[in-house]
Amino acid sequence: MMDIFVEKTLRAPGGELTLRVKEHLPAHQLVGLFGKSGAGKTSLLRTLAGLLQPEAGKIVVDGATWLDTAAGINRPPQERQVGLVFQDYALFPNMTVRENLAFALARGQDPRIVTDLVELCELGNLQHQRPTHLSGGQQQRVALARALVQRPRLLLLDEPLSALDLEMRQKLQQYLLRVHREYQLTTILISHDPAELCQLADTVWVLADGKIIARERPLVYFATPPPAVPWQLKGKIVTLVPQQNGALVVMQLGDEQVQVWANPALAATFTPGEWVDIHLEAQHIQLKKTDHQP
Amino acid sequence: MIDWTPLWLTFKLAAITTLLLLLISVPLAYWLAYSRRRWKPVVETLVSMPLVLPPTVLGFYLLIAFSPAHTFGAWLDTWLGLRLVFSFEGLVVASLLYSLPFMVHPIQAGLSNLPPSLREAAYVLGKSPRTTLFRVLLPNIKPSLLTGIVLAFAHTIGEFGVVLMIGGNIPGQTKVAAIAVYDAVESMNYPVANTYSLVLFALTFVILLLVYLSNGGYFKSWWP
Repeated sequence: MMDIFVEKTLRAPGGELTLRVKEHLPAHQLVGLFGKSGAGKTSLLRTLAGLLQPEAGKIVVDGATWLDTAAGINRPPQERQVGLVFQDYALFPNMTVRENLAFALARGQDPRIVTDLVELCELGNLQHQRPTHLSGGQQQRVALARALVQRPRLLLLDEPLSALDLEMRQKLQQYLLRVHREYQLTTILISHDPAELCQLADTVWVLADGKIIARERPLVYFATPPPAVPWQLKGKIVTLVPQQNGALVVMQLGDEQVQVWANPALAATFTPGEWVDIHLEAQHIQLKKTDHQP
Repeated sequence: MIDWTPLWLTFKLAAITTLLLLLISVPLAYWLAYSRRRWKPVVETLVSMPLVLPPTVLGFYLLIAFSPAHTFGAWLDTWLGLRLVFSFEGLVVASLLYSLPFMVHPIQAGLSNLPPSLREAAYVLGKSPRTTLFRVLLPNIKPSLLTGIVLAFAHTIGEFGVVLMIGGNIPGQTKVAAIAVYDAVESMNYPVANTYSLVLFALTFVILLLVYLSNGGYFKSWWP
């Protein structure tokens, strides 16, 4: 179980951005963090891991306070029991796969977990190789296994699968799920892929401009069409063409003439030369380049 | 008969200087690579000064500082019994300053060029900055370390002006090969000057060649 409150000003390419997140995360959940590039997803993860210092914040995980700026508590990354899988995997090139995992052992920790993880992530054949000799998918598995060695309370995954091809991605999604369940982890996963989130996440947090604007089950969030876009135009009535049950209202919009059907009651209130508001509730608006310039 | 002492002295000086420089430069380069202090550029500038200063300027100020007639030199003399003027110990201290940038710069560059995620990954795995430095960072910048070691060694061998200023020309104490060459030429003893020069030329050539071969990956099969 985890309570997060984080406030941090970020320097984004398009100016400053305030990351402000206040969330509650139940234990053993897999949360997908979804949003555009530059929305603050990676920064949020780095703040949770202790690699980025927020201006204000409070992070409490299973009763342990990791961060409380008001009380002057700020545990360094070393003391946070976080597993973090970096976007570039960050495997140590000077160590073999097995040495990478063994390096992650805490002082006095039972080293058998390394063997267990080698097995779980199917790294047996690769364990004596150096990471530079591995493919992206293999490196990803090593990074995941290494992050789990210390049995973290919180597993953070920064777009771990984005660099992989579809087949490898689907295979590793199964790994992630298996690991998440087997180790009873609480996991936050950054992903740009709705299909991936639907498959893996219990909840999606949608981050936009530093704020979480939606928290939903992924199927609900991604299946709901975006809210209708209200449009408003002004037109001047040119003439009314009576029809069988109503009238065609012919309006001048700039250089164009537009016709809209109106029921008889409404049409009766209009007179040519009058201005009207045109409201559109558009579910799908498609813009196409025109063939002929006016 | 050639007196080999100057050559022996040169290599002793270079070896001691390089070893001490390695101990000093790793923490210094680490700080320069990762610190965000506002006065870091000042330290960076000071470290680089020996690159541009005439060695005589450095030697002159060291001479003044180490002289027992002045405060610092007197303090060294009284409290540590150290006389750094016209002594081998003085040459070591001067060489440390003189060759500092040649050791610090490659190590600093090596550390800065590592992906930041390596260091962060080690921290998240619960490792202290010290463990991270010795088990993750340094092993991954071996070529930079080697470059620093060799450049500092070779540069100390090539030292002349600083030595002349604060060491003088005392046989067995401060008369290093570079000074001995100068001394021999002054007394028109060209064959001796030639012998010293040839040895220095050949040795420094071999040392630098080894570095370039190593950094070019020629020894990969022995030292991955």
